[in-house]
Amino acid sequence: MYAPHTQRDIEQMLGAIGIESLDDLLRVPNDIALKAKLDVVPALPEYQIQRRFDRFAEKNAGVEYRSFLGAGSYRHYAPPAIAALAMRGEFLTAYTPYQAEVSQGYLQAIYEWQTYICLLTGMDIANASVYDGATALAEAAIMALGTTGRHKILVSRALHPNYRAVLRTYCDGLDVSVDEIAFDENGTTDLAALAHAVESKEYAAVALQSPNFFGIVDTLTQSALDAVNASGTIPIAVVAEALSLAAFAPPSSWGAQIVAGEAQSFGVAQAYGGPYAGFIASTQEHMRRIPGRLVGKSVDNAGRTAYVLTLQAREQHIRRERATSNICTNQAHCALIATIYLALMGKTGLRDAAALNLARSRELASAVANVDGATLKYAAPFFNEFVVDVGAPAEGVLASLQALGILGGVDLGRWYPELQSCILMTATELTTSADINALAAALDGAINVHAHI
Amino acid sequence: MSTPTSKASQPLIFELGQEGRANRYLEEGKPLESFLPKSVLRDDLPLPDNSELDVVRHYTRLSHRTFGIDLGFYPLGSCTMKYNPRVNDAIAMRPEFAQLHPYTPDELAQGALQVMYELERSLSSLFGMAAFSLNPSAGAHAELGALLIAKKYFKERGETQRDKVIVPDTAHGTNPASAAMCGFKVISLPSSERGRVGVEEIRAILGPDTAVCMMTNPNTLGLFEDDIAAIAAAVHEAGGLMYYDGANANAIMGYARPGDMGFDLMHLNTHKTFTIPHGGGGAGHGPLGVAAHLVEYLPTPVVAASPRPNGETGAAPSDRLTFSLDFDRPKSIGPLRSFWSNFAHAVRALAYLYANGAEGLKRVSQLAVLNANYLRVNIAEFLETPYVEVCRHEFVASAQALKRDHGVRALDLAKALLDYGYMAPTIYFPLIVPECLMIEPTETESKETLDGFVAALREIVEQAKSNPQALFDAPVTTVVGRVDETRAARQPDLRWRPPSVAHQNEVS
Ligand SMILES: Cc1ncc(COP(=O)(O)O)c(C=O)c1O
Repeated sequence: MYAPHTQRDIEQMLGAIGIESLDDLLRVPNDIALKAKLDVVPALPEYQIQRRFDRFAEKNAGVEYRSFLGAGSYRHYAPPAIAALAMRGEFLTAYTPYQAEVSQGYLQAIYEWQTYICLLTGMDIANASVYDGATALAEAAIMALGTTGRHKILVSRALHPNYRAVLRTYCDGLDVSVDEIAFDENGTTDLAALAHAVESKEYAAVALQSPNFFGIVDTLTQSALDAVNASGTIPIAVVAEALSLAAFAPPSSWGAQIVAGEAQSFGVAQAYGGPYAGFIASTQEHMRRIPGRLVGKSVDNAGRTAYVLTLQAREQHIRRERATSNICTNQAHCALIATIYLALMGKTGLRDAAALNLARSRELASAVANVDGATLKYAAPFFNEFVVDVGAPAEGVLASLQALGILGGVDLGRWYPELQSCILMTATELTTSADINALAAALDGAINVHAHI
Repeated sequence: MSTPTSKASQPLIFELGQEGRANRYLEEGKPLESFLPKSVLRDDLPLPDNSELDVVRHYTRLSHRTFGIDLGFYPLGSCTMKYNPRVNDAIAMRPEFAQLHPYTPDELAQGALQVMYELERSLSSLFGMAAFSLNPSAGAHAELGALLIAKKYFKERGETQRDKVIVPDTAHGTNPASAAMCGFKVISLPSSERGRVGVEEIRAILGPDTAVCMMTNPNTLGLFEDDIAAIAAAVHEAGGLMYYDGANANAIMGYARPGDMGFDLMHLNTHKTFTIPHGGGGAGHGPLGVAAHLVEYLPTPVVAASPRPNGETGAAPSDRLTFSLDFDRPKSIGPLRSFWSNFAHAVRALAYLYANGAEGLKRVSQLAVLNANYLRVNIAEFLETPYVEVCRHEFVASAQALKRDHGVRALDLAKALLDYGYMAPTIYFPLIVPECLMIEPTETESKETLDGFVAALREIVEQAKSNPQALFDAPVTTVVGRVDETRAARQPDLRWRPPSVAHQNEVS
């Protein structure tokens, strides 16, 4: 219960209030008063709570497996200094920094986060965070709808299926339709189809993910960008693997005006899907449509540097139904973790991490390509994940690998009927050669079994 | 350099460090050109390199410039800033939870699914709903999900003319903002002089275009909407749905349930009621509850349970079940987020439920309401409290008279409290109370803490009368004084720029 009241406290306080009993304070009209018996988990002393969770923990055997899972959630090295700093009570138990004078530290950290995101994406501004990568895409689309006054969004089919699904959920609410552009035999967005589609001038935005869901660089060419710009469509870049920004040319370089992303890779725990750190960055011209909190640098009454939440006239607590978004509580603590990660890694560490992801994933790719019956589906440059065609139902092959203690990747047939025999495999700096050899050996056996069923 | 006692500002991380001052967390990587064509690579990566010690000092210093519950009393109304038990974090950070990938096959993530299942079942019982979704990331996110459900529900019933959402004028800003994100028109309903929604007033605006009525109960004035059953009946009679904003759930546990009050949809902010640390602005966690007729519309996925094939037995009923993520929900509004839930927070919330059980949660509400009323009667001795009656977990006070007589506003009182080592209450919300201070102590504060706060506020109010200028200058003990918000908004500086670029911008 964590409440400090002694019986004497309670009696004294009731006396001061001038009321007889606690029940008198909490009474509600009889017709709605609680009558049911509540079925809540039982109260336990703290050490027993830990034991109860020991039981749950044991049943998450997946953490012990050799894992090649990625697809929007990545296993990267997180230095222990991150937790030591981020879990400090001052940060952990603060609310949104409404009172700037006693929140300078957190406000500065968010200002640093905004800067890091700008430096990595090449954009002019970034917000204090949104819920995650998928909602970042949805919010970016809403920015574009507001700017253009149009009612349709165009999105690449090579963009994360969950992100597209969330985009659709949000767009349903606004009676906005979402159309998809196919990907071609290279695994990248069909840019000719894209250029043709935007000609209608009906789309508020076109969204591409790079590296895309298949792990491949997937950006607008100059001619596609010209067509997009000529049609008044706003190019949105989606980044689901933020570490790739350390290697690849930033989204600004191929014309993106808004970047919607996920920063989980920067030290944030995978935690079965959350909490993560979504971000939105944009060019200067979209500043007043950006959702959520923004921290600005200003001065105090003595002229000292001071940080404060700003441009709040965009937000729900001021603008109510005319706000740019309903977001209130965002993901500040995850953004803080990512900021500390970036500070610790620095330019040098981040480059090393990117290079190691490139190296290990290539080691994995060649090991897998050497397995009889397995082929790399696409030849285009990838970051740390890629598509393998196993020539047999991926679901069965993955089940066989699982029986040998290996989570071989994500079954793409789950979303793409034409890719039933394909697996998305990921390797990061934490993937070892032993992992890779074990997978290659097991894959050989698994394909043998399933190719002949 | 800043220390806990100095007002010198702390430089930005970008102004520290030297290129090449790397920490050896990983081995050196080969040049990127050995893996990728130059055309896809970036030219530069303009980030600072800092030693670990410098980074540790930097963020430790920033923490010294940040106020959290761990430092002192945080009576921020509507936010339920109660103690965040450390055991919850310790459990959530265990590798079996923290390192679990969201695409782990169900059979290898049974523990995680069981956590979600137990939390969902407990919340459903505690609040009288048929089911909860753990998908939404915060309260506002759940509001959006609930209104999407309402929209879809009416569409399937052929009632697309229902395009109005009723929101009392005391409601939080996220309520109307969420309604607008679903294309609904917002009707603001003025509160009665009792600070509540009146049955007759709401009847007058109900009609065939009513979609949803969103209410907070107790409302943001800390008052229980005692006509709630009649209001819900009227809305239902008009064919509308009732939405419960559960930000104030800390006031009702063990005494009343939204389901029994007639609500069809609701959210909880587990980062308020169930002790999840707010983290300086999230991450939150916003379970979305529905009555039986709306279960099919919940966001995907939901946790499904079935009896274990071999009838294995365990200590708890849920130990005899097996779990899966169910995505096959044809009527669902679809997912609201990338992955299933802010799962680490589901772990924390369940650990908190285990620390309390049903009886403990009832006690939580009792003591939260006791603390609020104790503060209310003490503060009423020297500050106007517009609603003179028993409050629930929070109450409002007003600095209107102080402003009229001495020019001292709620903002000035708030800033002065910072000098006494307290976080300020919520100010200027709800919007209908002039010069409003909204005070919520929570149950985890002791009588001594409350007495100390009352004494400080009393002194400040006395000073407002004798020496108002002192309050206009407050705070003076903090690392900075009042911040120039106008300048921040007029000349937005939202990021650091490398010196050369910053210089160019100044020139142009
Ligand atoms: C009454 C009320 N409703 C809704 C919200 C929104 O919740 P969240 O910040 O979790 O999105 C809040 C909290 O900020 C609130 O106080």
